[in-house]
Amino acid sequence: MQYLLTGLTVGAIYALVALGFSIIFNASHVINFAQGEFVMIGGMATMSLAAGGLPYGLAIPLAVAAAALVGLALEKFAVEPARGASVVTLIIITIGASIFLRGLAMLVWDKNLHALKPFTGDAPISVGGATILPQSLWVLGVTLAIVLALSWFFGRTLLGKAMLATSHNRLAAQLVGINVRLVLFLSFGLSAALGAIAGILIAPITTTSYDVGVMLGLKGFAAAILGGLGSGIGAVIGGLVLGIAEAMSAGYLSSAYKDAIAFVIILAVLFFMPSGLFGNRGGERV
Amino acid sequence: MSVLHVTGLSKKFGGVNAVEDLSFDIQPGAVYSIIGPNGAGKTTLLNLLSGVYQPSAGRIAFGEHELTGRAPYEFAGRGIARTFQNLQVFFHMSALENVMVGRYLHERCGIVSTLLRSPRLARAERACREEAAEIMRFVGLHNYLSAAADAMPYGALKRLEIARALATAPKLMLLDEPAAGLNPTEALELDNLIVRLTERGVTVVLVEHNMRLVMGVSDHILVLDYGRKLAEGPAATVRNDPKVIEAYLGGAVAHDGSYGNEIASVVAAAVEMHR
Amino acid sequence: MLSRLASPRTGGLLALAAAIAFLPLALRNNYFYDIAILVGLNAIVCVGLNLLIGYAGQISLGHAGFFGLGAYGSAILASRYGWPPLAAMLTTTFAVAALAFLVGRPILRLKGHYLAMATLGLGVIIFMVITTEDKFTGGPDGIAVVPFSIGGLILRDERIWYWVIGALLLIAVWLALNLIESPAGRALRALHNSEVGAEVVGINAAEHKVMVFVISAVFASLAGSLAAHYSGFVTPGKVTFLHSIELVTMVVFGGMASTFGAVVGAAVLTTLPQLLTVFKDYEMMVFGAVMMGTMIFLPRGVVPSLARFIRSRRQKGSAASNGEAA
Repeated sequence: MQYLLTGLTVGAIYALVALGFSIIFNASHVINFAQGEFVMIGGMATMSLAAGGLPYGLAIPLAVAAAALVGLALEKFAVEPARGASVVTLIIITIGASIFLRGLAMLVWDKNLHALKPFTGDAPISVGGATILPQSLWVLGVTLAIVLALSWFFGRTLLGKAMLATSHNRLAAQLVGINVRLVLFLSFGLSAALGAIAGILIAPITTTSYDVGVMLGLKGFAAAILGGLGSGIGAVIGGLVLGIAEAMSAGYLSSAYKDAIAFVIILAVLFFMPSGLFGNRGGERV
Repeated sequence: MSVLHVTGLSKKFGGVNAVEDLSFDIQPGAVYSIIGPNGAGKTTLLNLLSGVYQPSAGRIAFGEHELTGRAPYEFAGRGIARTFQNLQVFFHMSALENVMVGRYLHERCGIVSTLLRSPRLARAERACREEAAEIMRFVGLHNYLSAAADAMPYGALKRLEIARALATAPKLMLLDEPAAGLNPTEALELDNLIVRLTERGVTVVLVEHNMRLVMGVSDHILVLDYGRKLAEGPAATVRNDPKVIEAYLGGAVAHDGSYGNEIASVVAAAVEMHR
Repeated sequence: MLSRLASPRTGGLLALAAAIAFLPLALRNNYFYDIAILVGLNAIVCVGLNLLIGYAGQISLGHAGFFGLGAYGSAILASRYGWPPLAAMLTTTFAVAALAFLVGRPILRLKGHYLAMATLGLGVIIFMVITTEDKFTGGPDGIAVVPFSIGGLILRDERIWYWVIGALLLIAVWLALNLIESPAGRALRALHNSEVGAEVVGINAAEHKVMVFVISAVFASLAGSLAAHYSGFVTPGKVTFLHSIELVTMVVFGGMASTFGAVVGAAVLTTLPQLLTVFKDYEMMVFGAVMMGTMIFLPRGVVPSLARFIRSRRQKGSAASNGEAA
């Protein structure tokens, strides 16, 4: 039970990161390797702002906005100039961006671990024989709220539907007057915000540092692939499954290889089920 | 000499039957054309006959070799070569190199000789270059012997693909809309080339829309519609078949016999001009 | 004879040989020799990786894993089990080749981003195994490695290592060039241009991709074994995702589909961080900026872009002089 709860908490974070990957992939068919850095920026920025005296109510939105700005800048200055380039090129650009951001973070902040105070205290709550931190409830609650908000956004609003249309067929979307460059631009901003929120939510539980984005990014990606790149539901389910699998294997198998689970999953999915649980199977027309 | 033997061939995409229950034989030495309205399944059929698609049902055999479900390189290995409707030219290589790649099957070299660049390999490379140049001249590309593939005009690129396919020394060549995008002069040259290919001993299978070319050069025609065989036979039979005329021009036309006769005579005139 | 010398291949090899032969004049002390040797080792890996990325058009974000396996394999067999270093190295290389062959088939069925992630996953798993199985590998602290020796001759002196690595780099480049200018190499380039176009002329795409994957893994493994003996110790520090990225950056910076470009890329991107130690804090940022900048402005890499520039200058020059003559 304990593992289940831990797994769900971590899984929710992976789900948020995975959603960020999927949104950008849908808009541009680019895998944004810098996604993890948005997570890092969220946590670190909040930490600085809070340390500077700002209450969470102000610090959090500011940090999220900062991350979103970085995401927009990334799209504008690194991704857009290279649109139409080969896959290898784009991969290296986003990896370069992630390394750049990490190096920048190292300078702006430092290399230490930083703690963030939990939102509503740290007295564990008892649930069915296991304990859960109040912060975990925040994680689950906020994630749920975000997932609901996103489904409303993509399903009901014009902008959201435009973004979905672009992901299905870019050319057709352009032809009906959708500004696909704007869609791409906003996708980065949105994904960055999602990543930052994930980072802020988890920081009180796991502390944060300049390189926390690497692992979280990679695991979020594993979750996205597991659920099927480009599928929102897939990202969420993938994240939760990965989180629970990790917690279970740490508990019942070996905790040393806990981190390896994500990568074994990546390989297994890519070998046997490349489109993941909910992705589309494409064919190639000759 | 090998016969291409196709039985009950089908290909489904999701719920759509791109090709359904096709059976036919292609005799060696003939020029065989596959025609039909757009969407009839012609390119799908070519993809099946070259191994690019795997059939959902049916059999493909070439001579005594079973080819059903094999990979494209195995089809090539048995002597079936092809060109593409959407050019698959190697644009970052020279024209000559494109054709040299076609010689791959005849140039196998062990990994050790390759890595150590034995004199035997150097000699083989020189020979390969000369063979490729000869083939380029044969298809009429003598002006492009030292050209880069990405600097060639469209018509020349289509012929480059034919040269590359010919370099594999095939028994059977599948040409996917070779006349598409060619002007009448170029189409005439293509007609000429196809005849020379058959003189070289290659069986040619043509997917085409250009009726003048088809009627002028084919021994045998297969008509497809909605993935099924609509008609099959020598050119003269097929062009008078009311089912064929209906498929191309719509039902109302075929019922009125006089119009159908006019179509047939236009086609016949085209054929005559060609001779 | 002279025209053969002028061919890019022979000219390039001679230039490289000359560079290797005359560089020691500029290397004033052991520290610089050390950098040169590191460049050489990275260059060997990059030449192999370039075959995979530049010519065959695939990608690997996990090649540090093969490098690490080579290093640890040699280290463990030679130091823990007392094997003769040469035997250890050859056995390790063979084992890595076998692994690359086994994993290569399923991995190379993937394309683009999926292939990148799969190779990344492979590299990270190798890293984790190395870091966790500390009984064999010494975990995060690594293990000491005996110096390389053949028969009774022990290889310890920096300067001798320099010549050994220099010679091996020349051989690696020569092998790579031979592969590229052969039917197999043409097949690889064809595959890169159009996989279906290559398949229908009889090229077995999967087989070729696996072959080049194995060759690049072997180059990386050999370099790793040599690095282990040269440094005298191995740690997981060189087996990280970051090192894999550095290797890929060197290849693309120097020039994809350019063997000499790979050497140049390795040289520049190994030396720069060493020389800019005063900027240690900025190192990561600069590296990231270099990666992004190169791919945005010089997507073909430095050497091919330079070559193009020179060629277009020459054309303009001859056109101008033709114009004047007329």
